Amino acid sequence: MSQSTPPGTTRVQGTGATGARTTRTFEYAPGEVDRDDPLHGEFMELNMGPQHPATHGVLRIKVVLDGENMVEVEPVIGYLHRGKEKTCESLGWRKFFVHTDRLDYVQPLMNNCAYAMALEKLGGIPVPERGQTIRVLLMELSRVMAHLIYLGTTSIDLGAVTMFFFTFSERERIYTLLDAYTGHRMNNTYVRIGGMYADIEPEVAREVRKWLDQFPAKIDEFEAMLTGNRIWFDRNRNIGILTVDQCKEWSLTGPNLRAAGMEWDLRKKQPYSGYEHYDFEVPIGTIGDCYDRYAVRVEEMRQSVRICQQALDRLEKTRGAEFISDDRRYVLPPKGLVHSSMEELIHQFKIVTDMALPKGEAYHATESSKGELGFFVASDGTSHPLRCHIRAPGLMNVQAIPVLAEGRLFSDMVSIIGSLDFVMGEVDR
Amino acid sequence: MNTVGLTVGLTAERIASALGGIAHESMTMRDGCPSYRIAPEQVIAVMTALRDRAGFDTNVFVTAIDRFPEEPRFTVAWAFLSTTHNDRVRVYTRIPGENPAVATITGLWPGTAYSERECFDMFGIDFVGHTGLKRLLMPDGYDHFPLRKDFPHQGIEPDRLYREWDQRRRDRSPLRSESQA
Amino acid sequence: MGSLKSADGHASDTGFFATQVDWVVNWGRKNSLWPMPLGLSCCGIELMAMIGPKFDIARFGAEAARFSPRQCDLMVVAGTLTWRMAEAARLIYDQMPDPKWVIAMGVCSSSGGMYDSYSVVQGVDMILPVDLYVPGCPPRPDAVIDSILKLQKKIERERPFQLLLEGDVVGEYDSGTKRFLRAPNHAVETTRSHEVLPPSGKKGRA
Repeated sequence: MSQSTPPGTTRVQGTGATGARTTRTFEYAPGEVDRDDPLHGEFMELNMGPQHPATHGVLRIKVVLDGENMVEVEPVIGYLHRGKEKTCESLGWRKFFVHTDRLDYVQPLMNNCAYAMALEKLGGIPVPERGQTIRVLLMELSRVMAHLIYLGTTSIDLGAVTMFFFTFSERERIYTLLDAYTGHRMNNTYVRIGGMYADIEPEVAREVRKWLDQFPAKIDEFEAMLTGNRIWFDRNRNIGILTVDQCKEWSLTGPNLRAAGMEWDLRKKQPYSGYEHYDFEVPIGTIGDCYDRYAVRVEEMRQSVRICQQALDRLEKTRGAEFISDDRRYVLPPKGLVHSSMEELIHQFKIVTDMALPKGEAYHATESSKGELGFFVASDGTSHPLRCHIRAPGLMNVQAIPVLAEGRLFSDMVSIIGSLDFVMGEVDR
Repeated sequence: MNTVGLTVGLTAERIASALGGIAHESMTMRDGCPSYRIAPEQVIAVMTALRDRAGFDTNVFVTAIDRFPEEPRFTVAWAFLSTTHNDRVRVYTRIPGENPAVATITGLWPGTAYSERECFDMFGIDFVGHTGLKRLLMPDGYDHFPLRKDFPHQGIEPDRLYREWDQRRRDRSPLRSESQA
Repeated sequence: MGSLKSADGHASDTGFFATQVDWVVNWGRKNSLWPMPLGLSCCGIELMAMIGPKFDIARFGAEAARFSPRQCDLMVVAGTLTWRMAEAARLIYDQMPDPKWVIAMGVCSSSGGMYDSYSVVQGVDMILPVDLYVPGCPPRPDAVIDSILKLQKKIERERPFQLLLEGDVVGEYDSGTKRFLRAPNHAVETTRSHEVLPPSGKKGRA
């Protein structure tokens, strides 16, 4: 192409579905669309509304289309804003655990653990090893659950309906395990400050191991359906390419950053909850397109299985050990003692009515399935939290949609949204 | 727990040499993260130094704390992460409650756009220089700032905007089923 | 045709033909409830699990979970409704053609749930009429299937022939409690709506 690009115009190169490169010149700067100018043809403003099967929750995207090309993309969020940060200030540290489940509701236990760890950092409360191991097991199970949702929903959005049923069938198996351990399928709220609510029983651990043994074969089935699939490849390859620098500019972490090529995983770089004792690998992509993000997440599921197996081995070795701290300023005493001992009764009363964390601020970041999930907690020494800010990776993922989508074909929007992977519960809080 | 604490000494040195002459006050935090308080006017200078000279390549969050009724009322907090040196830093500043305003860092990191919009939405803090500073989580016509301490948890007339929209919907609908129920 | 005006009159008052038409129409409607999943948050995941393989609602006729309101008759409000989303939810409800039913799945849509905050609608019946409330956070898919079965029993008690003769129906809005009271489908009133009443010659009150 020997044409030079005149000032004020942008040459955008689209990639056709079969890899053929087409060039189309848009004669306006991105973001400045003069819709009244008749020379530019008609732009259609389309609203991918808050209720849409492919927006993974209540996300609204205002798209200005020039034919099939997206000219302007503006995500609008806030349709699920439930006021969680304000709720934390009203309720108190302990009661907010229940709300943390509902943040990224496809991986409830991960959010619980992240919040508990932030509070433990603020209060300087050590967690016993068995508690940490159970947390690792649950966090990795949550990661698998979240990636299964990603696979299932992205596939069904792109037309591969069977994947939805396969992944949800596996999710049901994990739900059964969690139901046996925590009593609830999802939104379990099983983590407490200082450890876990209750210990994991050997029968449940055995069932988890049985599931872990058969799950890698299931991942092979998913890969057999998608990885070499021509349609999947065409809809995801070279679409939504993010470079490492772009990821850093846009605060993207997690699988999005790793697919771009950077080896950054908080479980390895800034380990918490005993992750330094586990042997696992961190998958990294090459180009940073939707296909790489898919491959990274599938491989992460395999690595999570490895971690879970190691966690179960450690649990067998530490059977009978403490799973929750015994710091009676923050941890409820066992009920039998509450009913029989005066001191424990007073502890119970104090914790339930006005538990205060020491004055100060703390931030703890965990590696969730979407990126860096962190809780910034600030306390002024009273029983009322001063501030609890939830650093949600989904917010940054949503922010990156225009970066990837502008200039592309509209059907790529679905691939991009699916591959960026966000959950509106944590985006809107 | 985190191994961040092991490199705190090196981090502090690096940040001090990067910030050079800009006034900054070191704070001790309960999680051991290097934290500094700066003056609101120094925001751009400090952030540029952190990015270009201290190697903090990505922003983690931008948030605010309302310390009503203390003055200065708002604390604005930024957190950064250095993937090359594997450490973190937090920067704080205090701004008054009357017309709270602070400079935007979207010029340095475009990814802070949403976080700053959220601070504006929740606290009413104006980020000077931010193109497109409008509400993020609350609807556009909302006239309160929810995360301020003097705003009640249950809200003030939470259904006002919906009722107005509903009235307009009923007025223009010819169907009885839509205009009366 | 008998008395058509009594609100709690029994189906047999309207005559044999009307009863048979009612029975056929209700049978067709209850066995092909196509859900409109308004999956807003966590309950939406359980809704997807319900449509999934283990708790298949396709076996109850609710297979075609189309996301277009124009093609659905059962709106399942699954998740927390915020005031901002309320406009969209009301528009979707209005776009659904009659006859339509609404299930408020989960406590967030029934009553605001655990969120008594500045942005959450305290129950979806503040903006549209609801037929069934399913408690739970989230309710197990079994519970929602149970509620669909109960809705089917409720539909059996309707009198569409009378509706046809009477014309346009408007729901009731109680401005005192600010709630929509009853979906406008003319189902026979019962005092204990959680029980199934047999369509016998009795007055319908237990």
